[in-house]
Amino acid sequence: MPKTPIRFTLNGAETGVFANSGANLLDVLRREAGDLTPKQGCAQGGCGACSVMIDGELHLACLTLAETAEGRRIDTVASLETGARLHPLQKAFAEGFAAQCGFCSPGMIMAAKALLDTTPNPTREQVAEAISGNLCRCTGYEPIINAILTAAAELRGRGAA
Amino acid sequence: MSITVETYPTLREAASAMRDGTRFLGGGTMVVRGLNFGAQTYDRVVRSTDAALRDIRSDGTGLHIGAGVTMAQIMQTASTDFLAPVARAVGGPAVRNMATVGGNLFARAPYGDFGTALLALDATVQMADGQSLAIETFYAHRAGSRGLVAAVTVPRPASGAFRFAKITRTRPKGASLLCIAAHLPGGTRISGARLAFGAMGPTPLRAKEAEAALDGAALDPAGIQRALDTCLNGLDPQDDALASAWYRRAVAPVHLRRLLLGEET
Ligand SMILES: Cc1cc2nc3c(=O)[nH]c(=O)nc-3n(C[C@H](O)[C@H](O)[C@H](O)COP(=O)(O)OP(=O)(O)OC[C@H]3O[C@@H](n4cnc5c(N)ncnc54)[C@H](O)[C@@H]3O)c2cc1C
Repeated sequence: MPKTPIRFTLNGAETGVFANSGANLLDVLRREAGDLTPKQGCAQGGCGACSVMIDGELHLACLTLAETAEGRRIDTVASLETGARLHPLQKAFAEGFAAQCGFCSPGMIMAAKALLDTTPNPTREQVAEAISGNLCRCTGYEPIINAILTAAAELRGRGAA
Repeated sequence: MSITVETYPTLREAASAMRDGTRFLGGGTMVVRGLNFGAQTYDRVVRSTDAALRDIRSDGTGLHIGAGVTMAQIMQTASTDFLAPVARAVGGPAVRNMATVGGNLFARAPYGDFGTALLALDATVQMADGQSLAIETFYAHRAGSRGLVAAVTVPRPASGAFRFAKITRTRPKGASLLCIAAHLPGGTRISGARLAFGAMGPTPLRAKEAEAALDGAALDPAGIQRALDTCLNGLDPQDDALASAWYRRAVAPVHLRRLLLGEET
């Protein structure tokens, strides 16, 4: 199978891989770049478990042709923590029972991050809209929405400090 | 299957690279989905990095929207404000960052919400070879088309004259049971109405008898009755996992009534 060289910045690090031609970005991140945080759920855009940021914008890695990632900045949930210190979203998910099996969490948290990057003080409705492309089969969503609102409040507090 | 991906700097070059077994890549939400499942009828993907594909500009008569413009871009651009509610109705946030206007023109029912709005607005489809097609003509010949779309041009409707409703089983996100786009010029007496239905046929379709029935009518229960009685004529809904054709026929006039009377849909 022909391989295509692709370079991108993954979570701040210059990364180069050889991808199968026609592979999606999720496969390349997991198999070639070794970042196992984005998950494969449905491989058709319906579940959001593979959500990552491309140049700061939320995208579905499973529907992104790997070749189109050339030269772009890709951030997965692995970009959020600094050493052992969790990001407020990760902390709020862990403490607020917003993660049960955890499979949706990496995508859910990136969808939440995309919202908070532009809307630091969202309404409950805006949070529900922001995660509307992400399925969770454990929590019933309420703890997730609460966790995102908690993290938003903490991030606003930091900004003020 | 081994897949070839080719990237061209201009849309024109990409257009001349198109042949059987090839798909042009917009945002990829449908093309890559096909590749993931390996059952697709193409093994060659052609894309273009032409910056003109992402252009939105206003000119005298209306708007020029590049085929590569995404739903998110439509929502963020002031000049396309009247189309923002339509763009917002497509998928979830990540899909909207990827899904393009050009790709939406080729989406099969129940998808194609944005194209339905363009049909009601009498948009023109600009092909990469320089041809301009009325959107209705474009849809009529879509099945056999291999040409690339460069842009659409959309006349700007008078303020408040354009309405859109999307009916789904889940909110805030879900595929259309049906969607309705209405362009209702004329204010108190409608003249030159356009009614387009999505997911009520293989492509978005106009309800032309209902459009004619609205001519000179007021948007009140008596004024719209004949349009409601005739709105299914020419539509061709299908059964799918979301709804049966029977159900779609049963509820379409109800949602059209609510849209025309300005009630919540
Ligand atoms: C989870 C999910 C939810 C969705 N929800 C909706 C929804 O609510 N409403 C809706 O309308 N759609 C929806 N879609 C379908 C789809 O995302 C949209 O219709 C989108 O606009 C398609 O655009 P694209 O750029 O991703 O298309 P692509 O996948 O890139 O292309 C689709 C088709 O169009 C052709 N094409 C693309 N651009 C051009 C061009 N410039 N010239 C010629 N041919 C071209 C491609 O070759 C291909 O055949 C959804 C999809 C997913 C995965």
